Amino acid sequence: MARIAGVDLPRQKRVDIALRYLFGIGPCRAVEVLEKAQVNPAIRVKDLSEAEVSRIRTIIDRDYKVEGDLRREIGMNIKRLQEIGAYRGFRHRRNLPVRGQRTRTNARTKRGTRKTVAGRKRSKAKK
Amino acid sequence: MGRSLKKGPFVQPKLLARVEQLNKAGEKRVLKTWSRASVVFPQMVGHTIAVHDGRRHVPIYITENMVGHRLGEFAPTRHFRGHSTKEKAAEAAAAPAGKA
Repeated sequence: MARIAGVDLPRQKRVDIALRYLFGIGPCRAVEVLEKAQVNPAIRVKDLSEAEVSRIRTIIDRDYKVEGDLRREIGMNIKRLQEIGAYRGFRHRRNLPVRGQRTRTNARTKRGTRKTVAGRKRSKAKK
Repeated sequence: MGRSLKKGPFVQPKLLARVEQLNKAGEKRVLKTWSRASVVFPQMVGHTIAVHDGRRHVPIYITENMVGHRLGEFAPTRHFRGHSTKEKAAEAAAAPAGKA
């Protein structure tokens, strides 16, 4: 059973793919980790030996911030921006794009699904 | 985008000099500045700096957390008060006419 940083890895997948199920490990880092741990990225998770799993685990614990810790750090960074009254903090608070993107159209990732605002084109009769 | 490390962070020299002067004198006074691009330096912590937002100087009390940010980040230049409702739009239309 390959459980790393509190997450179960899918057993049927190649290790380099499976590691990406950890928050904080993407394609690039997955390969990096395996290289450091001297594990062949092409083998499946279920075929990993105990020793290999523990090597991967120690490397991730030692060198990378993943899952809860990483989420916490991100949350703290955002909180800091909000507390000091920075522009970026305001944008986070209002759930709008932070890095100067346009908001006239698009920005749907950040704002979620469209909520139509009444009376955009022609003012309608009063309720 | 990052600025060259060789140059170090930007701060309007005059502003920094004024802050240093206050530090030396041990004074606290509100400093007005137009230099929104200046980076907050550790020396500025504890001072109140009034940063121009295009219309007025917004007083900002500098805390330790703000070091490394730019002064302009704390003085928003746009104040969005929400979209106009029907009544407000009518008022706005009536107001200029009333003046004239």
